[in-house]
Amino acid sequence: MQCVELNSGTQIKGAAGIIETKGLHHVYRGHEGDTHALGGIDIRIEEGDFVAIIGRNGSGKSTLAKHFNAILLPTEGRVLVLGMDTRDTGLLWSIRQAVGMVFQNPDNQIVATVIDEDVAFGPENLGVPTPEIAERVDAALRQVNMLALRHHAPHLLSGGQKQRVAIAGVLAMHPKLLVLDEATAMLDPVGRAEVIETILALRSIAKMTTVLITHHMDEAVLAHRVIVMDEGRVVASGTPAEVFAQPELLESLGLDVPLAAKLAKELIRSGLSLPEGILTAAQLVDSLCQFN
Amino acid sequence: MSMLQNVTLGQYFPGTSVVHRLDPRTKLGLALAYIIVLFIARTGLSYSVLALASAGIVLLSEVPIKLVLRGLRPILMILSLTVVLHVFTSREGVELVSFWFIRIYSGGVIQGFMLAFRLVLLVLSTSILTLTTSPIALTDAIELALRPLRRFGVPAHELAMMMTIALRFIPTLLEEAEKIMKAQLARGADFESGGLLKRAKSLLPLLIPLFISAFRRADELAMAMEARCYRGGEGRTKYKVLAYSRLDLYAAMCFTAVGVVALAL
Amino acid sequence: MPIQLNNVSFTYSPGTPFERHALRGINLSIADGEFIGIIGQTGSGKSTLVQLLNGLIKPTQGTVRVGDVTTTDKGVRLRPLRQMVGLVFQFAEHQLFAETVAADIAFGPLNLGLDPSEIAARVDEAMLTVGLPLEMKERSPFELSGGQMRRVAIAGVLAMRPQVLILDEPTAGLDPRGRDEILTRIGALHRERGITVILVSHSMEDIARLVSRIVVIHEGEVLHDGPPREVFCSAESLSGIGLGVPQATEILRRLRLAGWNVPAVALTLAEAHGFIVEAWRERSGEA
Repeated sequence: MQCVELNSGTQIKGAAGIIETKGLHHVYRGHEGDTHALGGIDIRIEEGDFVAIIGRNGSGKSTLAKHFNAILLPTEGRVLVLGMDTRDTGLLWSIRQAVGMVFQNPDNQIVATVIDEDVAFGPENLGVPTPEIAERVDAALRQVNMLALRHHAPHLLSGGQKQRVAIAGVLAMHPKLLVLDEATAMLDPVGRAEVIETILALRSIAKMTTVLITHHMDEAVLAHRVIVMDEGRVVASGTPAEVFAQPELLESLGLDVPLAAKLAKELIRSGLSLPEGILTAAQLVDSLCQFN
Repeated sequence: MSMLQNVTLGQYFPGTSVVHRLDPRTKLGLALAYIIVLFIARTGLSYSVLALASAGIVLLSEVPIKLVLRGLRPILMILSLTVVLHVFTSREGVELVSFWFIRIYSGGVIQGFMLAFRLVLLVLSTSILTLTTSPIALTDAIELALRPLRRFGVPAHELAMMMTIALRFIPTLLEEAEKIMKAQLARGADFESGGLLKRAKSLLPLLIPLFISAFRRADELAMAMEARCYRGGEGRTKYKVLAYSRLDLYAAMCFTAVGVVALAL
Repeated sequence: MPIQLNNVSFTYSPGTPFERHALRGINLSIADGEFIGIIGQTGSGKSTLVQLLNGLIKPTQGTVRVGDVTTTDKGVRLRPLRQMVGLVFQFAEHQLFAETVAADIAFGPLNLGLDPSEIAARVDEAMLTVGLPLEMKERSPFELSGGQMRRVAIAGVLAMRPQVLILDEPTAGLDPRGRDEILTRIGALHRERGITVILVSHSMEDIARLVSRIVVIHEGEVLHDGPPREVFCSAESLSGIGLGVPQATEILRRLRLAGWNVPAVALTLAEAHGFIVEAWRERSGEA
């Protein structure tokens, strides 16, 4: 069976978001009892969104991400991807083509022994004609700025470079949504910066709809919307400014608050007249200079 | 980071020689044909023709002779054993040496050396194949070569995919093995002293984490592959398609000539 | 257990086309009870450096002296050295192998040839030190959370009672709470037992919070060596080699560029807060 390419838009129902979950529950069955990983999630991700999902390890954020392309199926409730129900096995490959996933461990998602062959892996699976695969591979590697290393072996790359190759591998499938499931967690600061820069470039050039799952708050600050999860539920959601204005909540959940946000809050408490919603060092310094 | 990253796999020696540029299927086919001719050939003259052909290919491949000969190192033991066994056990031909219980006959000496020579040529031909063909190209060739056997239930695509993944993960796992070994050494482990049993047991702290990690990697890789719409060879297209060129035709013609001459002599 | 590195160089695969100089001419002395942070980019040579300290690798040039042991001496006994200098690798949970938590932690002491009662006592002690409840002893380490597995691995090294503890990126990949738990334990360990701790980390926040001396490694050489306040003064030099400064320091640096009269370095939020409030009042007074 050929994978249905979605660019024609035939599968997309009128008002469907890219992702819509309705009363989503997920239970892992194990020999030592069941784990209720997701306990009723209702979220919606629209075209063009940039959403960060934060939460502790075990809060359910990765489980949720794996529902976005039918790697996991709901125990209860529904997940709609461009209006397609993930439980409909006939739509499985269309769903997976539409939602590209980049995972945590850079070593465990590169299949081929040469970079460009790996990027071609997805399009090959989709049955894309050979000349077009070559175009897609070139374009995707250019988008992540890895074209120069196309003939290299993956095990000789740095962690950040491997993750950029993984992103290219997903882009070559022409997805509607890019999901990064803790894709920066195992990287050093340089690697993290490379990946984040790549995501921001994709946002600004290709308007790529993006879900970024992370426990680095300085990354979450870059999103348009932040969803905070704990024990399988959404406990807060809003713009980064709204979410990080609640440092007590975040700290009680075992999460960090960006230092600039915390410092701004304490400076206000000490009587400095600064605006609300400061998140980054640059914003704090600008405000300090402006209001003094 | 580590020295193990320098391990070259399948001993591929990159280059642009005529031999490198041949289609991997041609090379695979010719190497097989060469081996068949080698086993049919009976006379010293036939072997000489085949040896000359091998030498010519080595020269054309532009691979350093030292590297080609290195391929023989692992079989040196077998070679000497072959010669020794034949020399001391054969009772054919003229008696050359008779001393105490040792009897050496001319037939044994000739047979021993002929067999050793045949083994050397066999290993050389496969060495040239792997030295001039990248592991990926070889995998592709094997997949295509096995494709006609699919109707008999030979999983050509799956075998090729397994080989690709193995090639991809060998350096990663070697690096990991080195890391775990160092971590256990740092905890006072000793992998070297003691008897065989003790030494085998002392490897457990290395092997168990390595297996666990390999399984975890396999699991994660399977998920990543599925997420990228992998579902077997059905309906799959290819990024790099192999194509025969005029070169392949010439190579096949040359080889046929060599084969006919070798068998006629 | 003082450590002395004299003109140490290390080369991988010397004499081959893959030859790579990981360290060149390092001189370093570490006194008893110091808490040292080693920072440097991936590939700077810092992982090579720590492996030299317990004899896992030996310098191609120069000498490494730990206490009265020189690692390059003929017939040097490495096991006592590895007992004295405990090394926790990055993603240390990947080295766990035993069926139970207790058995895994006991591996080191067992290799030292201690008797069972002593081993049992050390397992308990190590578990408590890293904050693992003793009820976990009989559980399989592979059923634990990532942060707990990491702590089992650290306990496995602590059970050897090293006098020098080296930790390579002990918090990599952990969530903020897991990170804080481990760092707090390491800080307490240093305070209460007075052992030497060497922390290799990419996180300037972690380093600023704990250490009293920073060694910056760049391309196999020591670029800076001094107390945090001094090293973080060179923000430009650090960012030039892909390293940062703690966020509190970064905010002060930006304020100084904007003409504010604040000190160059703050290691904690509270410190930065104090400096900024003071400068704000000063400026308001002038206005």
